[in-house]
Amino acid sequence: MRQLAAAALAALTLGAAPRSGFETMTPELQAMQRDDLANPGMLYVADGEALWAQEGCGSCHAVAAMRGVAARYPALDAASQTPIDLTDRIAQCREARQGKPALPPEAAPMLALAAFVAHQSRGMPLQPDAQLEGARRQGEALFRERRGQLNLSCAQCHDDNAGRKLAGSTIPEGHANGYPLYRLEWQGLGSLQRRLRNCIAGVRSEPYPPGAPEYVALEAYLAARARGLVVESPAVRP
Amino acid sequence: MARTLLRVPATVTRGEVVEIRTLIQHPMETGFRSGENGRMLSRDIIRRFTCLYNNRPVFEAELHPAIAANPYLTFTLRVDESGILAFTWEGDNGFSQTETRTLTVA
Repeated sequence: MRQLAAAALAALTLGAAPRSGFETMTPELQAMQRDDLANPGMLYVADGEALWAQEGCGSCHAVAAMRGVAARYPALDAASQTPIDLTDRIAQCREARQGKPALPPEAAPMLALAAFVAHQSRGMPLQPDAQLEGARRQGEALFRERRGQLNLSCAQCHDDNAGRKLAGSTIPEGHANGYPLYRLEWQGLGSLQRRLRNCIAGVRSEPYPPGAPEYVALEAYLAARARGLVVESPAVRP
Repeated sequence: MARTLLRVPATVTRGEVVEIRTLIQHPMETGFRSGENGRMLSRDIIRRFTCLYNNRPVFEAELHPAIAANPYLTFTLRVDESGILAFTWEGDNGFSQTETRTLTVA
């Protein structure tokens, strides 16, 4: 009997489709995200579109070819055989192929470009890269690892207690399907790495250094965990 | 130039009450926050928003430091004639921007 109950529970938890953070937001915030003339993230997408033209991205890439790109990142970089995320890919294009000086990864122009590229995939289901099994496993281990003075893992909030309250806020399942996104708390557009840093600091742990492979590993796991959800970039979150 | 997102209906019927939505990219720095070096960041906000319809003010707002970045303002307007809507945002550090849209009575 106990075995049966355990099997039923496992089927329930495994069978539950991931729920985007969009679904637990207030109707007002959902309306803000849905309406392109109310979603402040679209301001940054417009910035990105202007930068795309100005920086000459269009001389190699058609904008239409960017459709679906954000849905499959992080991906394996063929040359270095390491997993890279969308921002790394844009940086690589800029530095290695265009020979231009590096952009700081979370400065406005990089966020705007990433938002513009990610926006092209809006509405497409996430398709995690199958070659990233190693990074994904590392990411899952990090996701389940207790960290910091509060001794909490990501999973303890976002798997075990998703949907419940942390102070006044609903804990989302923590799916990364709308980045870069406009967070009201930030009063601006921010990257997934910024969100991860915030969470890590929130459990009073030392964040990984900027650009650390741990972030990309976590991103790879999050992409697999959110499998089936659609890209919402630029999403709006509280 | 700051980016704006404006929702203005293209055509309206005479006497119709329409909703106008405006969003402008602006940091709305309050002047009460300290920056990375510990120094206070100087205030940089939009102080005033005006909407003129055929040069007649139809909506005005004063903005204050507690208003969020990228202020989103909506208002309604009764349209009796075709004309031009002019939206002006003015603020600290000489910030001033005007956008215009045409409203046509069908």
